[in-house]
Amino acid sequence: MSDIHTSHDGASHGSYKSYFIGLVLSIVLTLIAFGVVMAGGFSVPVMMVTVVVTAIAQVLVQLVLFMHLNTKAEGGWNFIAIVFTVGILGLIIGGSLWIMHNIHVNMMLN
Amino acid sequence: MFGKLSLDSIPYHEPIIMVTATVIGIVGALVVGLVTYYRKWGYLWREWITSIDHKKIGIMYFLVALVMLIRGFADAIMMRTQQAIAAGGAEGYLPPHHYDQIFTAHGVIMIFFVAMPMVIGLMNLVVPLQIGARDVAFPFMNNVSFWLFAAGVILVNVSLVIGEFAKTGWLAYAPLSELQYSPDVGVDYWIWSLQISGIGTTLTGINFFVTILKMRTKGMTLFRMPIFTWTALCTNVLIILSFPILTATIALLTLDRYLGMHFFTNDMGGSQMMYVNLIWAWGHPEVYILILPAFGVFSEVISTFTKKRLFGYKTMVWATVAITFLSFIVWLHHFFTMGAGANVNAFFGITTMIIAIPTGVKIFNWLFTMYRGRLEFTAPVLWTIGFIITFTLGGMTGVMLAVPGANFVLHNSLFVIAHFHNVIIGGVVFGMLAGFTYWFPKAFGFTLSEKWGKRSFWCWLVGFYMAFMPLYALSFFGAMRRMQSYEQTEWQPLMIVAWVGAVIIALGIACIVIQLVVSIRDREKNRDVTGDPWDARTLEWSTSSPPPNYNFAHLPEVHSIDSYWEMKQQPGGFKRELSTHFEDVHMPKNTNEGPILGLFSLIFGFALVWHIWWLVAVGAIGMFVTFMVRIHNDDVDYHIPAAEVEKTEREYHKRLEMQA
Repeated sequence: MSDIHTSHDGASHGSYKSYFIGLVLSIVLTLIAFGVVMAGGFSVPVMMVTVVVTAIAQVLVQLVLFMHLNTKAEGGWNFIAIVFTVGILGLIIGGSLWIMHNIHVNMMLN
Repeated sequence: MFGKLSLDSIPYHEPIIMVTATVIGIVGALVVGLVTYYRKWGYLWREWITSIDHKKIGIMYFLVALVMLIRGFADAIMMRTQQAIAAGGAEGYLPPHHYDQIFTAHGVIMIFFVAMPMVIGLMNLVVPLQIGARDVAFPFMNNVSFWLFAAGVILVNVSLVIGEFAKTGWLAYAPLSELQYSPDVGVDYWIWSLQISGIGTTLTGINFFVTILKMRTKGMTLFRMPIFTWTALCTNVLIILSFPILTATIALLTLDRYLGMHFFTNDMGGSQMMYVNLIWAWGHPEVYILILPAFGVFSEVISTFTKKRLFGYKTMVWATVAITFLSFIVWLHHFFTMGAGANVNAFFGITTMIIAIPTGVKIFNWLFTMYRGRLEFTAPVLWTIGFIITFTLGGMTGVMLAVPGANFVLHNSLFVIAHFHNVIIGGVVFGMLAGFTYWFPKAFGFTLSEKWGKRSFWCWLVGFYMAFMPLYALSFFGAMRRMQSYEQTEWQPLMIVAWVGAVIIALGIACIVIQLVVSIRDREKNRDVTGDPWDARTLEWSTSSPPPNYNFAHLPEVHSIDSYWEMKQQPGGFKRELSTHFEDVHMPKNTNEGPILGLFSLIFGFALVWHIWWLVAVGAIGMFVTFMVRIHNDDVDYHIPAAEVEKTEREYHKRLEMQA
C-alpha cells in the first residue's frame, strides 16, 4: 500500500484513501456473508465456507487498512507479533476442532 | 427496585460468616477511623489512589495480594479442618453448600487475587527500573488496570456477606454453572469479579508488552535485558493471547445465564465440553503467566547472591520463549478423561512432557550459577533453594499426570491437588516472597528483617511438605478432591497431619506480618542509603531507594548484560557522582479518572449480579462518561523543572556523603 507511509517514529499511519477502501471492503464482505445466509437456497457447506472465508478476509482488511499492519513498521515487530498471534490462533482453533471432533466421534453424538 | 437483592440475601444464620463479617467491619472501621483521625485522606488520594507512578501501583498490588493471601488462607485452613474431622460419617462443621463456596473462593482468590497481583505488582515495581525507563508506556491505563482489579477484589469479598459465592469449583464448569443447576447469585459474582479484574489484567499485559519493547534505555538490546524483564515480556505475551479467551468464554456463559442462550447448556445443542476446552485454553497459559516471572526472580536472586553472571543467559532466554510457545499446546492434559480418545491424548501427553525439557534447562542454569559461586544464604536465596527442590518434585508429579493412562487413575483425586500446590506454592509463592524480600529495599529504602524472613521460609517449607505430601499418599487410597466428608476412618490420621502442615504455613504467614512490623519499627537501623544493598547487577539498583518519581535523573546507557555490575567493575568503580547538568523531566500527571472508573465498574458488576437494571445503567454510563472526560482532557502531563531534579539529586548525594 503506497498510501500507507512509515513516519519518523517507526509507526505507520493511514491515509484518507486507505480508510475509504477499508470501509468499502468491510461493508462488501459483511453483505456477502449476510447475503448468503439471508438469501437461502445455498447448501450448508457453501454457506459455512463463504462465511468463514469472508470473516478471515474481513480480519485481514481491518488489520492492514485500519490498523496499518505491514512488514516494515516498528522494525518488523508488528509483523512478528501478528505472525505469532496467527500461529497461536491456528493452534487453539485447530486444536479445539480436532479435540471436539474426536469427542464427537467417540461419544457417537451424531 | 433492588432486583433479586433483599435483606434475606444476608446470611444471618451462618455464625462463621457473621463473625468474619464483624471482624472485617471492625478492622475496616478502625482503618477508616485512623486515616480520618490523622487527616490522611488527602494524602492517600493524592499520593496513592490517583497515582500513576508504577512503583506505587506495584506496592498497592502487592499490599492487596498480601491481604487477600490471608483471606485465601483462612479458606484453606477451614477446608483442612473440615477434612480433619469429617471422617467415618461425621459431618464436620461445614455443611456442603458452605464448604463448596469455600473451596471455590479459595481457588479463585489464590490465583486471581493473590498470585496474579503479586506477579503484576513485582512487574510494576521492577520492570521500568530494570530497563532504565521513567514510567510505563501507558501510565493512566496502569492506574485503571489496578482499580479494575481492585473492583474485582471488592466484589469477591462482598459476596461473603451479601448473597453467596459460587459453589462450582474455581473454574465454574458448565453445565453446573448454568442457571439450571446454579440459580443463585454465586456464579454471577464469580463471572463479574473475573470479568472486571480480567479486563484490568489484559490492559496490564498490553501496557508492559509495549513498555518493554518501546521504552528500553539506550543500548539495552533485547539480549541485554535482565532475565526478570525477559520473563515479564513472555508473561505479557501470554496475557495478551490468553486472557481474551477467558473473557470470551465467560461472556458466553453470561449470555447463557442472562439471556437464555445455550452455548454450554445440556439441551438445545449446547456443549459443556466446549466450555471445558475453552476455559483450559486460557487456563494452561495462565499457570505459566504466574510461574515465568517467578523463574525471573530466582534468576536475579541467584545471580546477585553468588556474585556471578547467570550461567547460560541465552539458554535461559530461549527456554523461557520455548515455554511461552509450548504452554499453548498442552491444555488438553487438564481433561484427558473427557473422551477425546487415544490419539488426541497421546499428542497432548507428549507435548506436556516436552515442557519439562526447557524447565530442566532452567534448573541446571541455576545450579551451575551456584556452582563455585560465593553463595550468601540470605532469605531470598533460601526461598530459591527451597523452590529448586520443591518445584523439581512438583514438576515430576506433573509429568506423571501427563501420562494419559496414569491420569485416568489420578484424575480429580487429591494427587492433582498435591501436584499443583507443589508447583504453585513451591514455585509461584516462594518466588514472589523471594522477590518481595529482594526488592523491598528498592521500594522503601530499608531492608526487611532477615531473621523473620528465614523463619517464614522454614515454616512455609516444612508446612508445605507436611500439608501436601499426605495428599499424594491419600490419593493412592482413593481420596478425591473437594470432599466435604468421607467414610474411610483410616484416612483421618493423614488428614490430621495435613492440617498440622497448614497450621505451620499459618505460622509462616504470621512471620511475614511480624517481619513487616519489626522491619518498619527498625527502619532507621536497616536504612539503605546507597540504593544497592545487595551489591546487585541490574539497573534498578543504580538509582536511589526509593527511587525519585522520575526514576533516573539521566537515563542510563547500557553496554552489556548485568550493565550496572559492569559499571561497578570499571577501574575506579562506579561513582554516584553528582552531575553538573540537569534537564527538565517530562512526566505524566496523576489521574482522578482511574479510581472513579474502577468505582463505576464495581457498581456495574454488583448491579448485574443482583439484576438491578437501573443501577447497571448508572455504572455503564458512569464508566463511559468518565472515559470521555479522560479522553478530552489534554492536561495529562507536566515537566519537573531541572532545578527540582537537581535538588532531589543533591539531597540523595548529601545522604550518601553523610554515610561515607
